[in-house]
Amino acid sequence: MIGDLRLKNSSTLGKVFIIVFEIMLITYAILILYPLANMIISSMKTTREIFKDPYSLPKALNFKNYAEVWGTGGFGGYFFNSIILTTTSMMGVILFGSMASFGIARYKYKLSIPIYLIFLSGIMLPLKAAIIPLFLIIKELNLMDTRLALILVFSAMSLPSTVFILTGFMKTIPGDFEDAARIDGCNDLTIYKNIIMPLSAPSIALVTIYNAVPIWNDFFFPLVFLQSDKLKPLPLGMSIFFGQYQISWDLLFAALSIAIIPLLILYMFLSKFFIRGMTAGAIK
Amino acid sequence: MKKNLNQNLWIAFFTIPGLLIVISFIVIPLFMSMFNSMYSWESINRDQWIGFGNFIKIFTQYPYKDRFFNAIGNNVEWFVTTMLVQNLIGLLFGYLLYKRIHGFEIFQRIFFIPVLFSIVAVGFLWSLYLNPNMGIVNKLLTDMGLENLTKAWLGDEALATPSIIAVNMWRWIGFPTLVFYAGFNAVPEKVVEAAYLDGVGEWKLFWKVMFPLIIPSVTIITVLTLIGSLNVFEQVYTMAGLEGGPFYSTDTLGTLFYRTAFGGVDSGLPEIGIGSAISVVIYLLTFGISAVSIIGLGKKEVAL
Repeated sequence: MIGDLRLKNSSTLGKVFIIVFEIMLITYAILILYPLANMIISSMKTTREIFKDPYSLPKALNFKNYAEVWGTGGFGGYFFNSIILTTTSMMGVILFGSMASFGIARYKYKLSIPIYLIFLSGIMLPLKAAIIPLFLIIKELNLMDTRLALILVFSAMSLPSTVFILTGFMKTIPGDFEDAARIDGCNDLTIYKNIIMPLSAPSIALVTIYNAVPIWNDFFFPLVFLQSDKLKPLPLGMSIFFGQYQISWDLLFAALSIAIIPLLILYMFLSKFFIRGMTAGAIK
Repeated sequence: MKKNLNQNLWIAFFTIPGLLIVISFIVIPLFMSMFNSMYSWESINRDQWIGFGNFIKIFTQYPYKDRFFNAIGNNVEWFVTTMLVQNLIGLLFGYLLYKRIHGFEIFQRIFFIPVLFSIVAVGFLWSLYLNPNMGIVNKLLTDMGLENLTKAWLGDEALATPSIIAVNMWRWIGFPTLVFYAGFNAVPEKVVEAAYLDGVGEWKLFWKVMFPLIIPSVTIITVLTLIGSLNVFEQVYTMAGLEGGPFYSTDTLGTLFYRTAFGGVDSGLPEIGIGSAISVVIYLLTFGISAVSIIGLGKKEVAL
């Protein structure tokens, strides 16, 4: 491609620039990879070894720390809770979000724009700032310390961007299929389910990544709404664990690895998909 | 007529569940925050109407005023540093990837890795690395003979906020990088070819041709950085604690707001009125500055 930065066809000054840029890129890549590698390495050492010789490799592949963090440390439960919370919230988000987008994008009526704007109102407003009324509402509904409280709040947090992205997509689907289906006697629900939803699959995949990652990572709402240890998701569990095991760095590194490695593995297989999904709201 | 009624019922069926959630958990809380900020509170019970009393308190009265302006100052530091360092690096990296510099595909994948991680995990990981005695950062510096550069990164009032911001940038540089990368890729190749044919130099090509064409990405990154900077919470919570230590040097609107809402400023009691007033300020700042940057940058936008 014209204008590509290649050493071969550059002037001397250009070569210097390319080398400097390359060094910057490599430096940041190392700054990302080394701390992660060190985390995994340290998770297999003892605290003594970590302090004495932080660069050395572990003497053997030792998963004792993982077993302890997973079991006594409660990470097995935290992990399970994160999965339950993320999947149930996302099911609600995708179901209600795609329905609403269908209702906004596929009909012509006066209220469609006001309804769309109500959904969009949540895009710029940080939901965290509403924590006091949310707390009072959840308390009033008797939902304190339940998963449902978080599922509702996470759904509210994710619906605006979901409706924004899906409505935009559904508007581009031509009406021909829909007309044909209506002539065949399909009702609106069948059209939504059997025609529009399958055609929207790629953007639904993007929306899922876009919202599932922040929900999986969320710390703030569980911190406010959950008290029972048995309901807490990973990030909150992590902060409790860090409070209890301050001096056992081997266990702390193992805990961090448990939180980070699954995402790393998923990312290795699906990196293009994650990148497109996470930037979906910022790229047209 | 019957067809219309039928259609309206379907529209209601499709939109109402989502609307109910968004109205109950976003729209109503927004108005409740404004309403609550106008009252004095006894613990979690609304007491009496005091107009702008809570706002006057946070703007003029000890200790609220001191904590509030201290926190907001740190939020400003977050925004300015992130814009100048993280987003400029992101702009450069995005452009280099677009120019297909050697290894650009690998860099693209590596840079996005930390974006996926939770702030909590990143914060705790780096609080171990930045530990003054046992952390690997000071250890590396010592072993490289740079002992005088070792610092109490999170324990020094002057260094704590910059250190936490640096950790956050470590996590997030990949995001602006890839948004700008996509922005550059969307510039039609014809434009670039025409510029080259006209003999435009690289520097001029970037600032006079490419940059104006990616203003929409610049706007989005600016607004997202702004929202992010006003909402800093987990970063401080994990690396400096809820009090924004040492001595409130890392306190932000987020941590201050949380303490006021659930634990009290200095007193330890929840102060819902003050907390609501702070949240209204966060809303207004987010909304106001976003609108200004969207309009301001929108004027600079170039249509092809």
